[in-house]
Amino acid sequence: MNSALIHNTRHDIQACAPSLPPRAGLGLKSEHFKDVLEQRPDIGFFEVHAENYMVAGGPFHHYLGLIRADYSLSLHGVGLSIGGEGPLDSEHLRRLAVLIERYQPQSFSEHLAWSSHGPVFLNDLLPLAYDVPTLQRVCDHIDQLQNHLGRTMLLENPATYLQFQRSTLDETDFIREVIQRSGCGLLLDVNNLYVSCINHQRDPQAYLQALPLHAVGEIHLAGFAEDQDSLGDRLLIDDHGAPVDREVWALYQQVLERIGPMATLIERDNQVPSLTTLLGEAAQAQALLHQAQVQP
Amino acid sequence: MSNHACFAQALLSDESICPAGLCSSNGADPASRFAVYRNNVQGSLINALAEAYPVVAQLVGQTFFNAMARLYVQDFPPHSPLLNDYGQDLADFIQGFAPAAALPYLADMARLERLRVEAYHAADAEPLPPARLLAAMNQPDRLGQLCLRLHPSLRTLHSAFAVVSLWAAHQSDAAWPAFDLHQGQHALVLRNALDVEVIAVDLGAMTFIDALRNHWPLEVAAAYALDAQASFDLGQCLGLLLAHGALIDLQPHQKA
Repeated sequence: MNSALIHNTRHDIQACAPSLPPRAGLGLKSEHFKDVLEQRPDIGFFEVHAENYMVAGGPFHHYLGLIRADYSLSLHGVGLSIGGEGPLDSEHLRRLAVLIERYQPQSFSEHLAWSSHGPVFLNDLLPLAYDVPTLQRVCDHIDQLQNHLGRTMLLENPATYLQFQRSTLDETDFIREVIQRSGCGLLLDVNNLYVSCINHQRDPQAYLQALPLHAVGEIHLAGFAEDQDSLGDRLLIDDHGAPVDREVWALYQQVLERIGPMATLIERDNQVPSLTTLLGEAAQAQALLHQAQVQP
Repeated sequence: MSNHACFAQALLSDESICPAGLCSSNGADPASRFAVYRNNVQGSLINALAEAYPVVAQLVGQTFFNAMARLYVQDFPPHSPLLNDYGQDLADFIQGFAPAAALPYLADMARLERLRVEAYHAADAEPLPPARLLAAMNQPDRLGQLCLRLHPSLRTLHSAFAVVSLWAAHQSDAAWPAFDLHQGQHALVLRNALDVEVIAVDLGAMTFIDALRNHWPLEVAAAYALDAQASFDLGQCLGLLLAHGALIDLQPHQKA
């Protein structure tokens, strides 16, 4: 196939892709299913982890069906292992296509990470060496996924705790190259950005500057936990178990100044508080989104 | 071994191993940073098991459970990104886990809790309208040849221990009603609308239900049940199944 044909295919895929409203959204937790249906909060969208809904029936599908009828939906994968050394799991690709067909989400996203090796699923977003072979592999996998689903995906920048001696590219160069080659969008996780920058002594401003912000299709905001490495330096852990940090809010504001209003998720997966508390955090994001809108 | 193979192996091992080729920009020992990933992997999988097996965890205490689950995670990591399925054979692991031998009913409690997870996520099906069963009962000549279809979530467990009573006792802080732990019980687990129910039934009812699950027609299932327990009450058993939404269809027996 010549490159012009490939380009056209990608253009077609992008042209029919829906998008999330440029508002604040929330991760949908099963403990909040009933509260959401009773309160019908005024938020832009809900996001769910795809793997939780790869079940035959029961309450998860019951509630998501009811909630999807009234809200935009972001489907967020945590188990595809896009950076894995082996081929993508074809059964998992099929399950994703079934879910997307059923719920017609406005967005599908996955991570710049790996989580499976051979038959083993490690249930974490594991770090990649940024070198040319990895770049090729990640691009091939994203091509395969986008062709399988017939739509573009958003790729989330990772939170990482260590680096690889064999890396030859900066993370931002790697991400920019993947986005340029595959035509996927960027899910900009501002917390991940901050966590990685602190952990690897990078300047968050410079990191932000180096990212392809034109490709952002969604923003994630979350909280982190704080640890120390062997030198006693701050080691931030992306645990989704705390409110969004002040520094992350400040970076988020800068992002909005650069790119304007953008769908923004408040993520909380551990120590999940009440829906009301999470809605309060979403309202904070919504207020900043509103400011970004009214600025000239 | 490939880079990811080494990394994966170290993630599932004990504290000492750290893969080669890692570094930190500040010069910190990469092992102190790799430990975050090891904690995430093993901790998140232990948490997934604790969520799926809450009564097992209560019976042994969180510290014992976490230590047992860590060994299970290290030896039997998941083979699928669908974590709802993870730990399907934890009961067999517990059965052979010597430190838990003092609690011989623990493995059956794990089996019961596994059935609850399966029932929770099983396929949906509308319950049979009682009128359809009543109409069928008014045609006694055909009744015996009817096959009753059960809800896809329905599962059964035979235990030599009173696992249903023990499970129920752990569902609230109220004082436990007296029961004999060594009195075997037959558990019926199913999802009724959106809630998973755990019901103790007698041997006759259990035999009847298992026969229906094996697609035997009504009269054969009832004969098996009566054989197992002379006092088996068919009407009462059908009433129980109807009341819990366990019947979803009835159709004439298809002779093989």
